[in-house]
Amino acid sequence: MRILEGEGVTKYFGGLAAVSYVDFYVHQGEIVGLIGPNGAGKTTLFNLISGALVPRPGVIRFKGRKITGLKPHQICRMGVARTFQSVKVFANMPVFENVLVAALFGNSARVSSAEAAKEAAELLEFVGLSAMRATLARDLTLANQKRLEVARALATKPELLLLDELMAGLNPTEIAQAMELVTRIHGQGITIFMIEHVMRAIMNICNRIIVLHHGEKIAEGTPEEIATSRKVVEVYLGESAHARS
Amino acid sequence: MKHIKVTPQRLLLPGLVGCLLVLLATLSLYASPYTIVLITSILMYVVLTVSWVIFSGPTGYISLAPAAFFGVGIYTSAILGRTLPLLVVIAVGGFASFCLALLIGALTLRLRGIYFAIFTFGLVELIKHFLLWWEINMTGTRGRFVIVVNNTTIYHVMLGIFVALVLTAYGIRRSKFGLALQSIGENEEAAAHIGVNVTLVKVITFAISAIFTGAAGGIMATRWTYIDPYIAFNPLFSFMPVLMAIFGGMGQFYGPFLGAVIFAYLEELLITRFPYYYMLLFGIVLVVVILFLPDGLAGLIQKWRKGGQARQHANP
Amino acid sequence: MIVTILDIVIAGLLLGGLYALIAMGLSLQYGVARVLNISHGEFIMLGALTTWSLYTVFGMNPLIAIGICGPLAFILGFIIHRLLFRRLRTLAASPAVFEGNSMLASFGLMFIIQNVALIAWGPEIRGYSYLAIPVSLGGALFGANRLITLGFAIIIGLAFYIFLARTRTGKAIRAAAQDPVTAGLMGVNINQVLALCFGLGAAMAGIAGMLISLCYPVHAVMGLEYTVIAVIVVVLGGLGSIPGSFIGGFMLGLIGSIVTAWQPGLALVAYYFIFILLLLVRPTGIMGR
Repeated sequence: MRILEGEGVTKYFGGLAAVSYVDFYVHQGEIVGLIGPNGAGKTTLFNLISGALVPRPGVIRFKGRKITGLKPHQICRMGVARTFQSVKVFANMPVFENVLVAALFGNSARVSSAEAAKEAAELLEFVGLSAMRATLARDLTLANQKRLEVARALATKPELLLLDELMAGLNPTEIAQAMELVTRIHGQGITIFMIEHVMRAIMNICNRIIVLHHGEKIAEGTPEEIATSRKVVEVYLGESAHARS
Repeated sequence: MKHIKVTPQRLLLPGLVGCLLVLLATLSLYASPYTIVLITSILMYVVLTVSWVIFSGPTGYISLAPAAFFGVGIYTSAILGRTLPLLVVIAVGGFASFCLALLIGALTLRLRGIYFAIFTFGLVELIKHFLLWWEINMTGTRGRFVIVVNNTTIYHVMLGIFVALVLTAYGIRRSKFGLALQSIGENEEAAAHIGVNVTLVKVITFAISAIFTGAAGGIMATRWTYIDPYIAFNPLFSFMPVLMAIFGGMGQFYGPFLGAVIFAYLEELLITRFPYYYMLLFGIVLVVVILFLPDGLAGLIQKWRKGGQARQHANP
Repeated sequence: MIVTILDIVIAGLLLGGLYALIAMGLSLQYGVARVLNISHGEFIMLGALTTWSLYTVFGMNPLIAIGICGPLAFILGFIIHRLLFRRLRTLAASPAVFEGNSMLASFGLMFIIQNVALIAWGPEIRGYSYLAIPVSLGGALFGANRLITLGFAIIIGLAFYIFLARTRTGKAIRAAAQDPVTAGLMGVNINQVLALCFGLGAAMAGIAGMLISLCYPVHAVMGLEYTVIAVIVVVLGGLGSIPGSFIGGFMLGLIGSIVTAWQPGLALVAYYFIFILLLLVRPTGIMGR
């Protein structure tokens, strides 16, 4: 089943098309990667999916239902969660409360405070932040803040998780840990759509990759297909890489 | 079975608050008429300030609308005071303010914070001019007389409003709703993406905060007995809560209380003989606090307490 | 009938000129220095009361008093920015925090300036008469003083436009308005430019105050109403656009004149109504980015 699909998704900022007539889909249970040079429109596409922006024109459907035009909180309650490129944790709130809010409000079903607290605790355990539950979010390292964002997103019980450059700014050890976390999340049955620049991660984890450039989709396929695609190599991986191959 | 140790420290704060409440409730029995009037004024400013903080504190949206709600309460008293019992009139004043706040909130809380601030800033002037025009051209009145209520009753009503407000403020702060409010203030976009209906929460909180301001206006009108649009819709009643809250410090629950009490008392001392110097002091304090003491008095107290604790722990 | 329409239009332009001047000043302060200066009206008041004092005490010609009010206001504004807002800018965690804090600080300023004025001049309403000679325009009568006000507004508006468009400093200002950080990297002395703009905005307010005192009575608490109008015009023209404030001022003046002819006393209400409409439909204003 296509859990997420977009038809002709377009977004203009002034005269510039940040995203231009992009058709895309994600199957339930997949891990799909979204790559492209800086400014290709990847985060804008995520913003269009999550409801932060409205496509014009274009339609986006989640589990068959049209979600274009819905507010972010409504889309979240339907089962779509995301993390942000520039980490947006609740800085002056403790780690536990960060996740607790999401557990309380992110689910379409009514949740009691006790249940939400239990959820939050379990998720902190899942991402490895239990020891820091009382620490203020702003006092965490970047890697831990990213983990917190993930826990917070998971607390809304999503079926689809949008990860926006989860691994940006992390060192190799942290990247490996992040990759492992993503795999574990996927193992729980959650579909993942991830923007990434760290090629190692994308190539190893993703079932399929979509490539954007100047707002347009220029390629789509398995990691092997993408890695060997001349178009992609030229545009994204650099002329020198092409010259070497 | 879990036993919570009842230590002297744990009882200290509730005990103090309890004593204070008893003292306040029985004030009319032992205090002079002047003191009763003074405490009423102080309570009024506390109500204005704390209700302002309920919304503007956690969300960071600076509202300059309190004077509008206050004025609505005043006019409700003036119009209905003779036909309905006092408490009903106060309640209607609170309700009318609630409705006005819902309207304003629905219109402007979808926009950036600066637009909201600008909008509420001009609101008081708007209502004042409109009411002036209306009273002159439509109803033919210029100013109205309000029913007279004795000072002790006024005090008790204000005390009641104050208690209701404190309970509400505390309740919100500790509830799910308060958590959502806080998350909106921290990062509105992220809050929206984790399922918080940001606009709804903002509008409702704003409307709730307006109730108490309106009710306070309703009862204070009876003290002034004669009101007109200039008296009722005075921008000062928007500016003072803001200053008092910032001066007191919004990081702690008691901050706004502190700021309001101090400046309300200062006003009593200075307003009759040195009104301009009082307001001048106001302005200077505000600028100084914003520049050097952004967490207000409460922030200063917290730092001092932490320093004290550190010193305690350092000496074995 | 024609005379009445002409009456209204010219009255609107006269009012509009004043509004344009006031709004341009605020627009400079908000558009560039990013300070929503709630005390803007107080600078207007200072200009007005100073002119009154100079006229009644020293017998100075108000038109000459501009030479004092303008520069004095500029210096005051420049110093205030240097001491207060510059420090706030460095302290603020983000531009949004700075906007909030600077607005609150300008609040405090409003209290300070207003009450210093109350202490110095008292709360009484003052007025004087200068050049209140009727001049006939197309059959309608207007005071020469009001025509002078309009003339000044247009001249200053044009002069300022040329200054922004043609001179080096003007370009620096425009750059700083667009992107202060990059402008700084390109060699623009940002702190200087911001303080300059703030000072210029204050100067415009001071001059506007002088012009107001020519036509209307003045008193120490007159400032707030003008601040509200200035804010509305700035939003109408588009937050951050100085030409927008110029045009917006004239538009609002015309509307005010029409509404006053229909129902005196409802002008401010009408302004506000438009303001609400704007916020709902097009918050960026006529020429806003």
